[in-house]
Amino acid sequence: MPWRIIVGLKDGVRDARGERVRRELSRHLQIELESVRTLDVYTVDAALSDEEVAAAARGPFSDSVIQDVAVNRPLAHDFDILIEVGFRPGVTDNVGRTAREAIQYLTGRKFAAGEGVYTSVQYLLKGRIDKAAAERIAHDFLGNALIQRWTILAREDFDFERGVPLSIPRVISTATPEIREIDLNVSDEELLRISKEGMLALNLEEMKAIQAYIADPAVIAKRRKVGLGAKLTDAELEALAQTWSEHCKHKIFAARIDYEDGEGGRETIDSLFRNFIAETTRLVRQNLGDRDFCLSVFKDNAGVIRFNDDWSIAFKVETHNSPSALDPYGGALTGIVGVNRDAFGTGMGARLLFNTDVFCFASPFYDQPLPPRLLHPRRIFEGVVEGVEHGGNKSGIPTVNGSIVFDERFAGKPLVYCGTGSIMPATLNGKPCHEKKAEDADRIVMVGGRIGKDGIHGATFSSEELHEGSPATAVQIGDPITQRRMFDFLILARDRGLYNSITDNGAGGLSSSVGEMSEDTGGFELHLDRAPLKYPGLQPWEILISEAQERMTVAVPPHKIDAFLQLAAEMDVEATDLGEFTTSGYFHCLHEGRTVTYLDMNFLHKGVPQLKLPARWRTPEERGLREPLLDPPADATTVLKQLLGRLNICSKESVVRRYDHEVQAGTVVKPLTGVVNDGPSDAAVVRPLAESFEGIVVAHGICPRYSDIDTYQMMACAIDEALRNYVAVGGDIDHVAGLDNFCWCDPVESEKTPDGAYKAAQLVRANKALRDYCVAFGVPLISGKDSMKNDYMIGDRKISIPPTVLFSVMGRVDDVRRAVTMDVKAPGDLVYVLGVTRDELGGSEYYALRGELGRNVPTVDAPAALRLFRALNRAQEEGVLASCHDLSDGGLGVALAETAFAGGFGIRADLRQVRTAGAMADAQVLFSETPSRFLVSVNPDDRDRFEGLFADLDVSLIGEVIAEPVLELTGLEGQALVRAGLDELKAAWQAPLKEM
Amino acid sequence: MPKKVRAVVIAGNGTNCEREVAAACRLAGSDVADVVHIAELLAGRASLDDYHFLNLAGGFLDGDDLGSAKAGANRLRHARIQGSEEHLSDQLRRFISDGKLIMGVCNGFQLMIKMGLLPALDGDYQTQSATLTFNDGGRFEDRWAYLKIDPYSPCVFTQGINGVYLPVRHGEGKFVPASDAVLQEIESRHLAVMRYSDANYHRTALDYPANPNGSLAGIAGICDETGRLFGLMPHPEAYVHRTHHPRWTREPGLPEEGMGLWLFQNAVRFVRDNLL
Repeated sequence: MPWRIIVGLKDGVRDARGERVRRELSRHLQIELESVRTLDVYTVDAALSDEEVAAAARGPFSDSVIQDVAVNRPLAHDFDILIEVGFRPGVTDNVGRTAREAIQYLTGRKFAAGEGVYTSVQYLLKGRIDKAAAERIAHDFLGNALIQRWTILAREDFDFERGVPLSIPRVISTATPEIREIDLNVSDEELLRISKEGMLALNLEEMKAIQAYIADPAVIAKRRKVGLGAKLTDAELEALAQTWSEHCKHKIFAARIDYEDGEGGRETIDSLFRNFIAETTRLVRQNLGDRDFCLSVFKDNAGVIRFNDDWSIAFKVETHNSPSALDPYGGALTGIVGVNRDAFGTGMGARLLFNTDVFCFASPFYDQPLPPRLLHPRRIFEGVVEGVEHGGNKSGIPTVNGSIVFDERFAGKPLVYCGTGSIMPATLNGKPCHEKKAEDADRIVMVGGRIGKDGIHGATFSSEELHEGSPATAVQIGDPITQRRMFDFLILARDRGLYNSITDNGAGGLSSSVGEMSEDTGGFELHLDRAPLKYPGLQPWEILISEAQERMTVAVPPHKIDAFLQLAAEMDVEATDLGEFTTSGYFHCLHEGRTVTYLDMNFLHKGVPQLKLPARWRTPEERGLREPLLDPPADATTVLKQLLGRLNICSKESVVRRYDHEVQAGTVVKPLTGVVNDGPSDAAVVRPLAESFEGIVVAHGICPRYSDIDTYQMMACAIDEALRNYVAVGGDIDHVAGLDNFCWCDPVESEKTPDGAYKAAQLVRANKALRDYCVAFGVPLISGKDSMKNDYMIGDRKISIPPTVLFSVMGRVDDVRRAVTMDVKAPGDLVYVLGVTRDELGGSEYYALRGELGRNVPTVDAPAALRLFRALNRAQEEGVLASCHDLSDGGLGVALAETAFAGGFGIRADLRQVRTAGAMADAQVLFSETPSRFLVSVNPDDRDRFEGLFADLDVSLIGEVIAEPVLELTGLEGQALVRAGLDELKAAWQAPLKEM
Repeated sequence: MPKKVRAVVIAGNGTNCEREVAAACRLAGSDVADVVHIAELLAGRASLDDYHFLNLAGGFLDGDDLGSAKAGANRLRHARIQGSEEHLSDQLRRFISDGKLIMGVCNGFQLMIKMGLLPALDGDYQTQSATLTFNDGGRFEDRWAYLKIDPYSPCVFTQGINGVYLPVRHGEGKFVPASDAVLQEIESRHLAVMRYSDANYHRTALDYPANPNGSLAGIAGICDETGRLFGLMPHPEAYVHRTHHPRWTREPGLPEEGMGLWLFQNAVRFVRDNLL
């Protein structure tokens, strides 16, 4: 007989959670309530005594100082409507898992299979509200129908004796394992139907390649020997679909592209990845010669570079866009803990050092009707921020760098970039730690969480646009604590030399992790029935491709398996021997002794047909883009304040503070800086080793607005932005690596995407810039990812995101004590602009403010930029910079304001001193977004040394730091152009997202 | 052979700050600063008896899923040492009665409070008499805070210190005593070691953001009556070098040693003078 334990705050104790709900209902749904109070409910379904349950209720489940607790009777009182929100069966319930463990400690007995604790929350609403409004509150705010369910009771319907009727979200399945065969000897239409209805995301050519494989008599003969027939099994088709998914195989980046440049030129590109990414790194490494610091590029879960003689560092950035669109909290949480596993499972395993988060959203203040199935951008914002907060903070990894980019088109799909850096010893037990290899006969061991139906079809789902039938099972909820325990165990196992290879279970689950690792040996034998399950009733194919979280796959030599499993048991981590790596040449899975897959490894990994894509560029002229003729602003001060308050420029402090950015005690330049710790740092400096002052510098660039003019310049500007942020704080320009994360809208021309060829051309151009600029700057690419279907399509409504690349960089600073921050330091310091300013407002925030796009998109002069970056590095070594801030969104005007109010001192400057290319108006000089520029301040005592270092470069002394807290700018006519108190500028900058 | 100061940090199940706490102990002069996974203690391969200074580090024990450190407190109370009749809590009791030192930071403070180790009025180390709960703002926050020290407190860790500037990084740091009487006892016995304050360490801060969580009486850290058990929400291990200070690039006069290190130095000194 199950129990319900209800826990609530005592009368008079402030209910912060309830108050927040009340506040946000008022703000976002315009529903005004007198009060909202909350109760936690634990439904305990296990063989326990009443006494044991009472002890749990009074013990770990409640806090006697502030809470009341009741068993099997309600605590709810004094409300008009009660809403209880709980999980649907099978959804990860982390609190329920902890509650179960707590009871086990208390009783000393383990729960039996099928027993569990399930949590839910009761919201007690008081005020004038009807059931329809309550339904809206549950649906639009408190719950997410994909993963949760709710009960709504009005006071008059509530049973004050027994409370809310009992319901247990236990997964009940009567399914018995079966192996279905699929006949592919069918028409093309039928092949496509099989792909579509099975959520396989395979196109006709791919389906036909599979059809041809299974029709081969030699293949069939071999299959007979293992008890399979001439038809593919469901598990085989699923494994193929997963391995060949866009998500895992990057088919667009591997495609053969026929590119027309819009000016009569044509070329064929055989794989963007090979020509523009792998080739870039090869060229850069060749140019670096014996200064090459790359250790492992593209082949592992993360890229690895040298840190010093004793340590190597890895960095990986992932996206988790599609799941975050459906369940922002779970999607984002899974995103961050997922990329944690990538950075952890690199080489032989690496300790996690830092996280980075970059989000692209529509405005949270969006007030138009929403198309079906889209969540309001504010919910996405809230959920994603909270998901990453829980994932990062609970895992003990500082979030050191990030940004939020806004564009209305991200309503169709938000972009959630999560990055993680990690550190490993240069050598481990005498071998390079960044290398690994599974050996023949090694045991396949799965470590960490159990398998459920979560995340089935995640890999294929993210390879499609968001549509009506997008599956709920694609959503998972991460569990940072199970993962943390697993990492604690694996680091120990690594140091004891208990395994040969490791990788994470992410997209594609076991199919992907075992499939990829087995490329080392050339085959494997995996027993699916040995895998621990969350609940019974999973089909073999589901076990194979489930993306249930917190799992790593490890190759353990047979003579170490006992030691490995024993250590796992001691540390309370589940580890299961599922089979072995072989040299058979086959992807061989069994279930209770019966073969369920027997696929030729060669066909599986190399059999996918190459995609062919047309790409046709249309020049900005052809698209009719023009520079607008704008009247000069009547009042530049007002415009500056408006710019400071734009979502892409304004302070993100309310989000930054929710992330622990200094756990591990290594964050030397924090995200917030300045006299009252609220200025925006350009980049992060992390000191990873307590015994050394060597540091890691982390930064990024992202500028999707420029894609509307030319993705070539967008890419160039993103690279420049990342590098100038990196150099601004002190990063060594000669020891920095890049990561490219492409998020595109579907570039495959089709009925749904008539402009596919243009989008493909945009992709080609971005890739060309990637190679041109990384080679010019000497920045090797070490890792990257692409997410190519960021579209929304329901009915005839299509929303495509602007093509977006996040360019992240990680490198070294020899001594963190030389780091420079962006805030002015003292009155009397001289203020300089480094770099030349051009008339480049195309795609700028200023034009956007005035409703224009323009055509003069910013361009990067790499040789000039590189000279400037090197000179800055020397200035930092000599310690002659008081402050350094990069110029980006909003140009010089915004940078001056930020630098001044962060430092708490005013700046007086004269625009006539700013070095420009050609004649420009005040607004151009003030708001142009020409890249490769910095604003620095220098103590007058250091003037000569500073100017000596920059003698042949574009440097303009434009003014000085003043004690009076004002920004005072003289215009090109000698007129007073801007005069504003720092308080008002800062208030304008802080206002928009302060309450988020 | 000279005797050694031995510090230990318990790790596992969601602790996050064990490495930097151990580093702070070493920097403060502790000869030994071991990070010991709780599995080692429960397997009987390591024992608290071998140490003088126990650190309960920050983190999210069990995800704080049942309320901060609740599940962790339950484990410490009930977990048995393998192959022995002893519970881990027996070792802990012995540790206290031997006159040794315990410092709990953030989640470690929450753990001490919820186990009843603090404030432990009249030597009762079993009964919870205060709590740490959700910040008034309802959210996790990372921000630096000024903390003034009660000079009359028996706390071993804060002797000779007037005030410190340290980061708080928590969602559940609001200090709430079980009753006014408990608060009165805590204050009158000078157990409220550390309070959120203004930048000059003069006035207790009751309002956000100087008091970041709404703690009653601005209390950020408390000790027991022996002064040897101490818990605090701010992170002393996060400020042991000047480059930890959020404004180190603009405050040239900052000493190399961070203010948080002082607490560890006091602990090591106490062990050397009294326990070796």
